Amino acid sequence: MTAIFERELYPYKRHADQDAAAPVRRKVVIVGAGPVGLAAAIDLGRQGVEVVVLDDNDKVSFGSRAICFAKRPLEILDRLGCGQEMVDKGVIWNKGKVFFGDRKVYEFDLLPETGHRRPAFINLQQYYFEDFLVARARELEAGGAPLGLRGKNRVAEVVDKGDHVALTVETPEGPYQLEADWLIACDGAGSPIRSMMGLDFVGRVFEDNFLIADVVMEADFPTERWFWFDPPFNKGQSALLHKQPDGVWRIDLQLGWDIDKDEEKKPEKVIPRLKAMLGEDVKFELEWVSIYTFQCRRMEKFRHGHVIFAGDSAHQVSPFGARGANSGVQDTDNLGWKLRAVIEGIAPEALLDSYDVERVHGADENILNSSRSTDFITPKSDMSRIFRDAVLDLSEHYEFARPLVNSGRLSVPCVYDGSPLNSADALHGPARTRPGAPCPDAPLEGGYLLDRLGDRFVLLAIDAEVPEDGFEEAGVTVEVLRLSAADDVTGELRRRYLGDEACAVYLVRPDQHVAARRAGWNERFMRSALRRALALGGDEA
Amino acid sequence: MTELVLTPNIGTADDFYADLLEAHEGLSKAESDALNARLILVLANQLGDPQMLRAAIAAAKLPRG
Repeated sequence: MTAIFERELYPYKRHADQDAAAPVRRKVVIVGAGPVGLAAAIDLGRQGVEVVVLDDNDKVSFGSRAICFAKRPLEILDRLGCGQEMVDKGVIWNKGKVFFGDRKVYEFDLLPETGHRRPAFINLQQYYFEDFLVARARELEAGGAPLGLRGKNRVAEVVDKGDHVALTVETPEGPYQLEADWLIACDGAGSPIRSMMGLDFVGRVFEDNFLIADVVMEADFPTERWFWFDPPFNKGQSALLHKQPDGVWRIDLQLGWDIDKDEEKKPEKVIPRLKAMLGEDVKFELEWVSIYTFQCRRMEKFRHGHVIFAGDSAHQVSPFGARGANSGVQDTDNLGWKLRAVIEGIAPEALLDSYDVERVHGADENILNSSRSTDFITPKSDMSRIFRDAVLDLSEHYEFARPLVNSGRLSVPCVYDGSPLNSADALHGPARTRPGAPCPDAPLEGGYLLDRLGDRFVLLAIDAEVPEDGFEEAGVTVEVLRLSAADDVTGELRRRYLGDEACAVYLVRPDQHVAARRAGWNERFMRSALRRALALGGDEA
Repeated sequence: MTELVLTPNIGTADDFYADLLEAHEGLSKAESDALNARLILVLANQLGDPQMLRAAIAAAKLPRG
């Protein structure tokens, strides 16, 4: 058992705010120091926005929980300053096997696209992720960033005051009052903030239970994702085996709906199941066992005045596809620059409504994908099971059926098609870099594109003439990243950003999504695009 | 785009029908259901085009009235 669970990472310390005569007003208060709350805090803190994180605990979460982190969140973490730690510690995997009944039906290799700094996925226990985030937050705090982390601070009451939020916070030394210009609720699927505000959280409940176990073993299983449909050791259900760092393996066993949870969690019940799965002679130690059920649902709106919901508090999906923590980190990526722009008076509050539009779109895509996976893994009718089994039987013999096998469609970032921040596409370029799309990485001479884009509004000019100093509009200075064929060491920049066009100018948002693109420089077009991307209402160029 | 063919298109209709029945001969209901499902998936892959597939599903539901 690793001691990481036991360590008090952000122990309770009395803060001056608790002794203030009148409630102290903070710019941003984040509730919840899980992956999403910490990512949001780091993003804001490093940009100089005052942020306080309140958490009712003081440790990382217990057990592996979210274990699969996709490329886009890793790229976001690069921006936050802890992507490298994640990748260094994580397990990179591309291969997998699918079993049906007592036989292997096929193997796969995801063959990830090359030319990206970060891998398609890594496996890493959530507690490591949280540990890296806390360390990064502490580092920023030590460097003078206005970021505070308060352990054992539980929000007991939240009152929406229109232009701010009033909080009652419980601590081991009693309650205190705190005010926030903006509150970000990252307090998980059971969000107490959401309940206190009486807000909806509707969707589809899946009547199923999963046993998840972290098992430490010295085994020569390869670094692959193994998924079983209806295996002999778990008849009529499914199972997943996935490798994590430190010789820890993650095992998910579907149990069905009508079970006794406490009974199923007992080692005398779990160990025989695992032996049947791993083989009688494999030595292992049980590190953590939990049983979970899940739902696919979201709030109707993520923004409620000055209270904004991010991560599981706003949307919940099935675990298949690793779309929970990954999408939560993407929420914060979308929110950070917008909230800063609003706080600094550069953009109107309406910019935050685009957080709603864009991330609701993302949540719907995740819910759709994860519901479909669940329907495949757990057929809901006789005919659904007949087709599922037919797909699996065919997949053993014919390649055509393999794309129909759905044991989770792994998280990819969504394109914000139809976002009010997008300008009309003015380039006959590749669809993957259309307005609203996340910028794909590309190798450059001596580095990678995304690192060069950074987290600012930037004009990406590829073989195009643009004013050297960029331009200034609405108080925002848009700098220039000028690239040419000579920088494009692999041709990927051309393939991903130009297609058949000779040159292009992209306006890229601070979250590295495309706001606008055009075949050449046009000042009026780009000024308007910038205003639109800040919800200032761009006129048609 | 090609339209979904809903006029006679199988050159040897009686032979196909006989083959279909023969494939099911001696099978239990469950085995037959499984065979049908596999056959639908094989044929769907041959059709390929998403619009054609949607049109085929709609046609199989029969027109109202």
